[in-house]
Amino acid sequence: MNPTFTFTFDGQTIQFQDGWTVAAALTAAGIRSWRTTRKEARPRGIFCGIGVCYDCLITVNDQPSLRACLLPAHAGDVIVTQHGTGHDER
Amino acid sequence: MNADRYDVLVIGAGPAGMAAACTAAEAGSRVVVVDAAGSPGGQFWRNADAGPRLHHRHGAYRRLRARATTAGVRLAAEHTVQTVRADADGFTLACAVGAEPRTAQELTTLRGHRLIIAIGAYDRQMPFPGWDLPGVLAAGGVQALLKAHGVRAGARVVVAGTGPLLLPVADALIRSGARVPAILDANSPTGFARHPAALAGSIGKLGEAAGYAARLALARTPYPRRQAVVAALGDERIEAVRVARLDRAGMPVDGPLRTIDCDALAVGWGFTPQLELPLQLGCATAVGSDGSLVVRVDADQRTSVPDVWAAGEATGIGGSDLSLVEGEIAGRSAAAAVVPPSLPARRARLRRFADAVHAVHPVPEFLLARLPSSTLVCRCEEVDAAEIREAVRDWGATDAKTVKRLARPGMGWCQGRVCGYATAHLTARLCGREVTEADLRAFAERPFAVPLPLRAFTADDESE
Repeated sequence: MNPTFTFTFDGQTIQFQDGWTVAAALTAAGIRSWRTTRKEARPRGIFCGIGVCYDCLITVNDQPSLRACLLPAHAGDVIVTQHGTGHDER
Repeated sequence: MNADRYDVLVIGAGPAGMAAACTAAEAGSRVVVVDAAGSPGGQFWRNADAGPRLHHRHGAYRRLRARATTAGVRLAAEHTVQTVRADADGFTLACAVGAEPRTAQELTTLRGHRLIIAIGAYDRQMPFPGWDLPGVLAAGGVQALLKAHGVRAGARVVVAGTGPLLLPVADALIRSGARVPAILDANSPTGFARHPAALAGSIGKLGEAAGYAARLALARTPYPRRQAVVAALGDERIEAVRVARLDRAGMPVDGPLRTIDCDALAVGWGFTPQLELPLQLGCATAVGSDGSLVVRVDADQRTSVPDVWAAGEATGIGGSDLSLVEGEIAGRSAAAAVVPPSLPARRARLRRFADAVHAVHPVPEFLLARLPSSTLVCRCEEVDAAEIREAVRDWGATDAKTVKRLARPGMGWCQGRVCGYATAHLTARLCGREVTEADLRAFAERPFAVPLPLRAFTADDESE
């Protein structure tokens, strides 16, 4: 069994293996959405899986709008659901 | 490496780009191949360095890897080409570096005298009710999760759409422990009987599909033909799909719809080339045999722009074998080496087969003919079909570029990569005409490849 690391997503501890992307870790944990759209506030998650569609945008360590399907997960990352542009007052 | 120039720049380290880079380097050129991913292989051989599991022709990959090392090809991994421009002595690539280059602090520059574009393609998508629900993924995205991480998109995954990708995706899912309640192809392979000439010499390619089917039969996976997902059902995530039988014209047959429970859907309608970089250079394009925009090339894989070649899916979707041959030809031509006649002959045979695959696996008619008004077409800007129809019928748009300006499809984060094909074809349909190159180009022209934070542009330009 490969060693696992953890980050938090909306306060929940998520395990991942070395080399995984944020989207791979969330998907493996059964999480399907980590963004809401700007207009209709609809949930979105991974769609194209290869960096083309920008549907999987997420906020990592206070930096919004990163592609979860490309971004490697790092131990200790603080990751939260992104609402709209990620710059909105909430 | 300082600011001196490579003989040949290759964009993309998939089958076409690797073949081109190796061939040019073996002919004596100094070559760098740039790729957005952390390791070579492209989508086809994603993470193939990890081993042969889930990969096809892994031996061919290993041979290319060895050739690249021996020939001294430099690989610039995690380099996303942001812009390409012609200069006095060739070409300059401005690259954002990193696995997610949106974190890049600056752009890195690579220069070369000649350029081979082997940028590849991505899943072609079509709108249908519920396609924006979490848990609906591109078939290629499901495959990428499996190949790169061994992660299943769901525990119970329907695989649907059309084309040769569906079987390997279903096979990989099953071998990774997922349940696949059904593989639904909107078309039927019996259509190949109408293309006997294309099959001559390429029958082994159909044998591959038969090999998958044999394994799938062991897993007892239903694989009905001419059936399609007409809606993904669920509130916050996909819970089921609604399935219709289609007639030969690609329209739903009257009768009750079937519902299949699932927690993920892998869907794709073939592939479409990624063309913003050749368009930045002004390369001539055409509408390909599958209705997607492709780069025009001559017998040596030269584009209309001097010293620019294109190879692989950018010239028309044709699969990895065709990409390898096109890469070999482009690499030789760019290195001013002789192209042996066996290569163009092989290319012609594989292209005929690819055209037959396209003819047998069209995007089914119902998707645009029966597209509900409330279905999102542009996922980024949340533009539904009603707004696109309004732009044509009420505001008088007669081309896709005007529809884009009026209703904003393709104006969001992905810059039309996902909705471009569908919006261009929907516009043409609403206007009562065939799709044109201009319709498709309206969604493929992008001033830069990745939306980057401003700081990346304000940092000092640094060459490597």
